[in-house]
Amino acid sequence: MGRSRSRMKNEINAGSMADIAFLLLIFFLVTTQIVEDKGIRVMLPPWSEEEPDITKLNKRNVFSVLVNAQNQLLVRGELADITQLRERAKEFISNPTKREDLSENPRKAIISLKNDRGTNYKTYLSVYNELKAAYNELWDEESQRMYGKPYSDQLPIALRKAVRDKFPLVLSEAEPTAFGEE
Amino acid sequence: MSKFKKKRGAASPEVSTASLPDIIFMLLFFFMVVTVLRDSELKLAVVTPEATELTKLVEKSLVNNIYVGKPKEKFQREYGTAPRMQLGDKFAEISEIPVFLEQHKVKVPEKKRNRITTSLKVDGAVTMGIIQDVKTKLRKSGQLIVNYSAKPRAN
Repeated sequence: MGRSRSRMKNEINAGSMADIAFLLLIFFLVTTQIVEDKGIRVMLPPWSEEEPDITKLNKRNVFSVLVNAQNQLLVRGELADITQLRERAKEFISNPTKREDLSENPRKAIISLKNDRGTNYKTYLSVYNELKAAYNELWDEESQRMYGKPYSDQLPIALRKAVRDKFPLVLSEAEPTAFGEE
Repeated sequence: MSKFKKKRGAASPEVSTASLPDIIFMLLFFFMVVTVLRDSELKLAVVTPEATELTKLVEKSLVNNIYVGKPKEKFQREYGTAPRMQLGDKFAEISEIPVFLEQHKVKVPEKKRNRITTSLKVDGAVTMGIIQDVKTKLRKSGQLIVNYSAKPRAN
């Protein structure tokens, strides 16, 4: 053979490999989103043509919350502020002092939420958030009482279910009114 | 003394960079596995409200997104300023929701289909009218697990 180069020197220069890998890395860093999606999880009721009638229920068991197009709250027939909503809902559900006008027991308690088509989404969501927070706090207290542990994802599913069965979350949403401007 | 004296040459020894590409590749693969590609360009201005009772959406492949909000400025001449809905990467009408859900559903393995979640990414300033219409359509299409997307609120 004419060539006298040894086989050992026939290597590809891998010095630029790092640069190529860096380029790819930066591309992925730029195009990806790290933000995770969080939110309030809701189970919608299956569609039915007729509306559930809550007027048939015992009035003391219904905690009605109305939100109008001006984002004002009407809780059980009287004007209320959103900051009181959580406490009032908790008191209504658990009824610690056995008042006549609050729910007979937590299993019978129903929260009825009704809004207007002109209600702000932000207001609606914060109302929903407060109502859910009321239940979460009740679950937490119950869990502390029963197991001495906070109600969290770490708790076994069976225990969580036992807590939830004592305070079942029943939130009924009525068809909204259409008084306000959309 | 002289027993331990090292025999150093005039040229200082170089650190080998041969393993650098491997390290970078490892980083690269980590990012490729951990992250999800941005799926669609957002044509609406969406600032989700803040809330405290949040749950995390675990499996990204089981989530479909519905955006509601005002069109961004560059689309306002064409689509106006009233709140609109976006499915995938285009503006859509409420009536297109069932088709959109079906398109997503066929990509999901059959046994996981009952866990499909719809994430509603809605701007805080939108009124409930359009959201009610979306919700009604979702209920009619049998998509009942819904997530109102929100940001965590600092207490």
